[in-house]
Amino acid sequence: MLETIVIKAIAVPWFLSYVIKRNGITREAEPYLPNFVSLIIVTLIIVITIVLSSAIDDVNLNKTYFVVALSTLFTGLYLIVSRKKIITHIIGYIVIENGVFILSLAVGNEMPVMVNLGIILDIFAGVLLLGVFFNKIGDVLKDPEATVFKNLKD
Amino acid sequence: MIAIFLAATAFITLGLMLNKNTFVNYSLVLVYLALLWGFIFLQYRQLNVLQYDFFRTDSLAILILFAMGVVSIPAFFHGYRYIYTRKEPPRSRGFFFGAMVALLSASAMVYMSNHIAATWVFVEITTISASVLVYHHRNIKALEGVWKYVFISTISITFVYVGILFLSLSLKHAGVTDLSFDSLYANVNNLNPFWLKLSFLFIFTGFTVKLGLVPMYTAGIDAKDKAPAPAGALLSSVIVNVGFVTIYRVYSVVARTPLQHWANTIIIISAVLSIFVATVYMTRIKNIKRMFAYSSIEHAGLIMLGLAAGGIGVYAAILHVFLHTFVKPALFFQYNQIYRVYQSKSIYDMGQYFKYNKYGAIALLLAFFSATAMPPSGLFISEFLIFQSLFEAQHFLILIFVLILLTIVIYGFGSNVFKLLFTPPVNFDESTVPRVYPWESFSQYILLALAVYFAYFPPELFVNLLQDAVRLIPVN
Repeated sequence: MLETIVIKAIAVPWFLSYVIKRNGITREAEPYLPNFVSLIIVTLIIVITIVLSSAIDDVNLNKTYFVVALSTLFTGLYLIVSRKKIITHIIGYIVIENGVFILSLAVGNEMPVMVNLGIILDIFAGVLLLGVFFNKIGDVLKDPEATVFKNLKD
Repeated sequence: MIAIFLAATAFITLGLMLNKNTFVNYSLVLVYLALLWGFIFLQYRQLNVLQYDFFRTDSLAILILFAMGVVSIPAFFHGYRYIYTRKEPPRSRGFFFGAMVALLSASAMVYMSNHIAATWVFVEITTISASVLVYHHRNIKALEGVWKYVFISTISITFVYVGILFLSLSLKHAGVTDLSFDSLYANVNNLNPFWLKLSFLFIFTGFTVKLGLVPMYTAGIDAKDKAPAPAGALLSSVIVNVGFVTIYRVYSVVARTPLQHWANTIIIISAVLSIFVATVYMTRIKNIKRMFAYSSIEHAGLIMLGLAAGGIGVYAAILHVFLHTFVKPALFFQYNQIYRVYQSKSIYDMGQYFKYNKYGAIALLLAFFSATAMPPSGLFISEFLIFQSLFEAQHFLILIFVLILLTIVIYGFGSNVFKLLFTPPVNFDESTVPRVYPWESFSQYILLALAVYFAYFPPELFVNLLQDAVRLIPVN
């Protein structure tokens, strides 16, 4: 648990705030859809996961955690597809990660310690890498509000 | 032994990234190649022995490891040519070779992994090391490619993790928590089917990013396009194999349950869509490097069709993966020399390659025949067997549809390659064409010849290993 707290609650937020400050990113989220529609969609996601999980009958599963985990996961995916800014995509990815973490609590699985450590390190490396490349994007584009790439295509 | 190998890999990677001396750099690369081959040989001596609880080199692993070892030699050689001809600074050379070393070692660990969580960890390491290779040029387009690659890969790997969690839930019904493949095989009758289904969906979707199938194939295309061609060769052989081995192992668990038929349907849908996407793009694509990348998508689709059709198809799928590991890099290795002649990726700027580099042109022509599986090529055997298995499994409509698509692929691929080889280029300044040496195409001939050799004159040992690997999937 300690490694999770250190990585997820201290290292990742600190690093992200560093990235945001360095690139001078403001609060506007620039969604493709209005915020009200997003609110409705996320609510729908939660309702659907509650309905879905009530259909599952399993003693090994903690239902409350499971609903939270699945809805967080899909909310993260929704965040990624509905926002233009790249930094929001990273945050969407972290939301998904958190959903997955709660899911691991829901199924209450015990991975070997070494594997657990590897997994948490990999997640951290993923975020780190995304952040480093994000900094590069800010440097190259000279545009703190870096939005989506549209160059590579067929 | 694995610990020594990983420690040596870490040491060599760090040495390459930190040391700027040319002699030390290339010595380290040579030491790594020797280490890799020694490791593969020792692993062969330890076939099917459980090592460090997480790893076991079975027949499938040793076959793929061998193919990786063969491809790694020309990959480093062409990497050297690439750095040398472009006169790249020591720093970028160190990162390039260091990332290649890390990528190869992490892939080797994935092949040998006997525990799905260990597989997960090392697959993520392949993503990280591949991102360094994709970002080699450090310009805005490379940045776009690497961003998409890392982002889609990390999302996919998260999907796999969700799948592993569901798998552990499914295993709990058997009263076991050990997620090694041995334990999964042993408890296969007690797995909860509902969670196993969900688990397979998530794990399959996640690993398609490595194999290059619909839905996650897009990341790989951009990566192979922006990475230097020797790295692109590894991405379309070693990394494709990472995807195949992982999916194969998870499928081998599902295939022992009544869910096999359902899993086959999922795989066939994904495979046919992949071939369809590859066909659509290959007929209209003008960037020759991306065309090679789409050709990998098509082959990945064929491999999965063989796997899903069952019977002889499983054998054919592994054979196809093995031969594809030789054929596709040959195209990518040749690409660099094409680029040096025309200084462009677009087919519009190319032509009459025979005039500028005769040996390279012949290598390219042979590689084209090999990649489209025309009879002298090794892939012809495996593709033929895949079609036979589809026929035997009575997937006639799929068979006809795929055959039509493949014909279109050959047309699209062929029209571009023949334009490159024979049609005179427009507005091309011949005076700037650098000298391309014939020996730079030598490794491509060897690779293509190896593909023919293993397909038409397979050594007995090779066939035995292949049949042993097929036995992971039960016959029903």
